Amino acid sequence: MAGEVLLDAQGLAHAFPLTRTMSVKALDGLSFQIRRGEVYGLVGESGCGKSTAARCVMNLLRPQAGRVLYRGIDTCDPKAFRANRRMLQRNRQLIFQDSAASLDPRMRVGDIIAEPLRLQRVTPPRGTCRDEAAFQMKYVGLDPGYLDKYPGELSGGQRQRVAIARALAMEPELLVADEPIASLDVSIQAQIVNLFKHLQAEHGFSFLFIAHDLAMVEFLCSRVGVMYRGRLVEEAPARELFARPLHPYTRALVSAIPIPDPRRERARKPVEFRGGELPPGGLWTEASPGHFVLEERGDAP
Amino acid sequence: MPELLEVKNLSVSFFTPAGEVQAVRNVSFSLKAGEVLALVGESGCGKSALCRSIMKLLPGTARIKSGSILANGADITHYGERDMKKLRGRLFAMVLQDPMTALNPTMTVGAQIAEAVRVHRPRISRAALRDRTAELMELVGIDRPRERMERYPHQFSGGMRQRAVLAAALAGDPAILFADEPTTALDVTVQAQILDLFRDLQRRLGTAAVFVTHDLGVVARVADRVAVMYAGKIVETGTVEEVFYDPRHPYTWGLLRALPALAGGRDSLYAIPGMPPTLVNPPKGDAFACRNEYALAIDYEEEPPMFPVTDTHSAATWLLDPRAPKIAPPAGGGAVGR
Repeated sequence: MAGEVLLDAQGLAHAFPLTRTMSVKALDGLSFQIRRGEVYGLVGESGCGKSTAARCVMNLLRPQAGRVLYRGIDTCDPKAFRANRRMLQRNRQLIFQDSAASLDPRMRVGDIIAEPLRLQRVTPPRGTCRDEAAFQMKYVGLDPGYLDKYPGELSGGQRQRVAIARALAMEPELLVADEPIASLDVSIQAQIVNLFKHLQAEHGFSFLFIAHDLAMVEFLCSRVGVMYRGRLVEEAPARELFARPLHPYTRALVSAIPIPDPRRERARKPVEFRGGELPPGGLWTEASPGHFVLEERGDAP
Repeated sequence: MPELLEVKNLSVSFFTPAGEVQAVRNVSFSLKAGEVLALVGESGCGKSALCRSIMKLLPGTARIKSGSILANGADITHYGERDMKKLRGRLFAMVLQDPMTALNPTMTVGAQIAEAVRVHRPRISRAALRDRTAELMELVGIDRPRERMERYPHQFSGGMRQRAVLAAALAGDPAILFADEPTTALDVTVQAQILDLFRDLQRRLGTAAVFVTHDLGVVARVADRVAVMYAGKIVETGTVEEVFYDPRHPYTWGLLRALPALAGGRDSLYAIPGMPPTLVNPPKGDAFACRNEYALAIDYEEEPPMFPVTDTHSAATWLLDPRAPKIAPPAGGGAVGR
């Protein structure tokens, strides 16, 4: 799919101060692109900067260096952002990991879903805000009978659907989902991933999917970027990445995916990754068409 | 071989303002020395409640309604807090899901492991206590223990914290280890290391373990036997090979088919339809019937008993009744994985 580039993150860097002299580099020159209609997966260990990347993309955090271009607009530039605020806020939507914490416990489901419409003063395409909320709920597979319930009365899978319905109410072009299924059960995960796949095929929106469940990423995403210590170490089409991982970290990651088969799982030997800091520099090389890997220059000890 | 732990027809309920929640319903299982049993199921199916009721760590609103728990042949069902204190740590210990909340952030890791040691050996000398703490930390794979003892939990990574929790749990040489989703909060690479540590320890120390998890990949790696729970009941139990290669209960089929590794190139995953029932008023008949595409008329009327498949394998589904129609299982058979 060689569509136009919708989102272009260039050299994002951000460090969180720990003490006066120490800081954590959450992002260290991260660059990636998402084309229109593409499902891009971002994977990596916890603390590698995946969520920081999502927050930078959504303007929840301004990176200390680098820029994010959305349809060619530099969203990190306050002036450009203000000029395009409505478009940017409408077209990009975020789904958080923990819907128990991200949904207001004192608002009814219907109000939660319609809230973005009210804030953006969008005329609901289907009559009233309530009708629109009911429509979106049906769309994500929730019974509209839940319109007047509170989030606390719903199960984890249902709450996650409410969060998705709220994001979809704005008919976004770009959906950013930060670990949307990590807190759910296996069978509910399958339901939500099927829903994403179906919605994506129907709507054609672009999707930044952040996860640590590699099996789900392989199943859902078209292209995958592997992050380590704030940098991208490998990027390839999903099938290619899982079939032929090149970077030692990716190899360790792919080999650690548990296989639900006792004989093969017990025979599996995970590849060890020595960990530690990546040597600075490194060369972003194209190993095969579309498959990029960060190669270390020389062998530093 | 004698049974280390035997649970017979255990029922546990929580009494809440909304009514009686029947979290564990008529559960029986046994555990031999040195064996690893995995309890699998969705959240809210009663797997944690089952473990906690055996350890008597339930809140005041919960009560064991019927059944018995036998540990080493002794009936501990009605043990009070004072008797249980003697058993906890020696007979059984517990490792929880999130190591950050299980550890005290204001105490060094060494002090917390030492605290567990001192409970079991109050008269231990200071030097011996340090040696024992270092020994435990080494046992769970923490390098340079004498140096790391002085560190605080926030200076440890997630995997290291879980190792420290495990060290404290092993302080009293427990015969049974309850592990409640011990790797869910960890990264995949770290998860593999911790699981291998569990297996290694269990082989070296001969500790039996009850492993609560919802991840079938984890089960495949560590378990000897599997018990699948649904709506407070064990619906299928067998050795790990029997359950993965020859599953018999439709719920087990559903769990296996929902895994992306078993999607086999299809563009949608199998999802078990519907939601688990609430346990305030469990439905009549088989609780899984309304989500089961293979449900028979009798499933809505009468609860299926456990049908034995082999000596070690049994499942609670009417499909195993000789009068039931024969159905080719949609999952299992070893043709799985990448």
